[in-house]
Amino acid sequence: MAKRSAPEVNAGSMADIAFLLLIFFLVTTTIEKDKGLLRSLPPIDDTEVEPPIIKQKNLFTVLINRNNQLLVEEEEMPLEELREATIAFLDNGGGTNAAGESCDYCKGERSETSSDHPDKAIISMKHDRETSYEQYMDVQNELVAAYNFLREREATRLYKKYYPDADKVFTAMLEEKEKNQFSKDEKLNERIETIKKLFPMKLSEAEPDKS
Amino acid sequence: MSKFKKGGKGELPAISTASLPDIVFMLLFFFMVATVMRDSSLMIENQLPSADQVEKLKKDRTIFIYAGKPSSQFKQFGEEPRIQFNDAFIGVDDVKPSILQGIADLNEELQSKVVVGLKVDKNTNAGLVSDIKQELRKANALKVMYIANTKTEQ
Repeated sequence: MAKRSAPEVNAGSMADIAFLLLIFFLVTTTIEKDKGLLRSLPPIDDTEVEPPIIKQKNLFTVLINRNNQLLVEEEEMPLEELREATIAFLDNGGGTNAAGESCDYCKGERSETSSDHPDKAIISMKHDRETSYEQYMDVQNELVAAYNFLREREATRLYKKYYPDADKVFTAMLEEKEKNQFSKDEKLNERIETIKKLFPMKLSEAEPDKS
Repeated sequence: MSKFKKGGKGELPAISTASLPDIVFMLLFFFMVATVMRDSSLMIENQLPSADQVEKLKKDRTIFIYAGKPSSQFKQFGEEPRIQFNDAFIGVDDVKPSILQGIADLNEELQSKVVVGLKVDKNTNAGLVSDIKQELRKANALKVMYIANTKTEQ
């Protein structure tokens, strides 16, 4: 027995290692998902109903011209200031809503010349046919950001106690809803609706002029 | 005088290949998971704009519409931005029938929840987008998702 052949390597654990790697990759790879801004279009309405009269002070007009410049409430404004201006307009709370309630959660200036109530505040946006899509998306993004900022603030005020660790309470609520989409959580849905009702998104887009 | 003869005179035994299927399966699974299927090849330039207030998109109920300039190998279609649906260029008037067709192809319980994903090149005119939106209103597909890259907040 001077010369012995090398013993065969035990390959029984190879499958375990393989599965370990497989699970590792399964956990770490993320499939790229498309993301974007969700928006609802108004349905086509043929009925000849006189549109309700909206007071000028409740209307926040944003115009984008063909050179991608912004005209907000008759004044030129750089894109960076749009978010602040929109928040100030929505959060003003200078008067009462249709039910005669004043906005007790608004933290704005309560100026007579700006919006009465978040219920009534409407953002009207119009762009030129030649406006670039990039600028259009940037403006949309800023307007949505203004709403999200205010909703986030109200969610923090009302529901922070349920999400003590969350940095952004409203985002945490939406994520929880997403996670439990197969088991309906009435309470959570109700809370999300409450927040949305405090600052309803009223964003109207006018058709660009045909020329 | 032993009964059992030692064969091979101490040569190395062949490496066991029993685990090869495992490795192959592992790679297979990995690629299965990591690959994103693309069902229509793009014939247009498609640089998405960026936004930071984005929401996730539910793929199962989405119909995609692409728009942008024809890319370099499709120069014969000109320089003007075009609309692409599935694998073909379509005109503005064809958007409505295409969308209705797309909705009909969806799973029945998702048909009422359909979302139209607009993948539009950022250098396109917004006028084209509003044309598409008018057509979508006519087709009564009112939920629109402007697909964008996620911008990191400063």
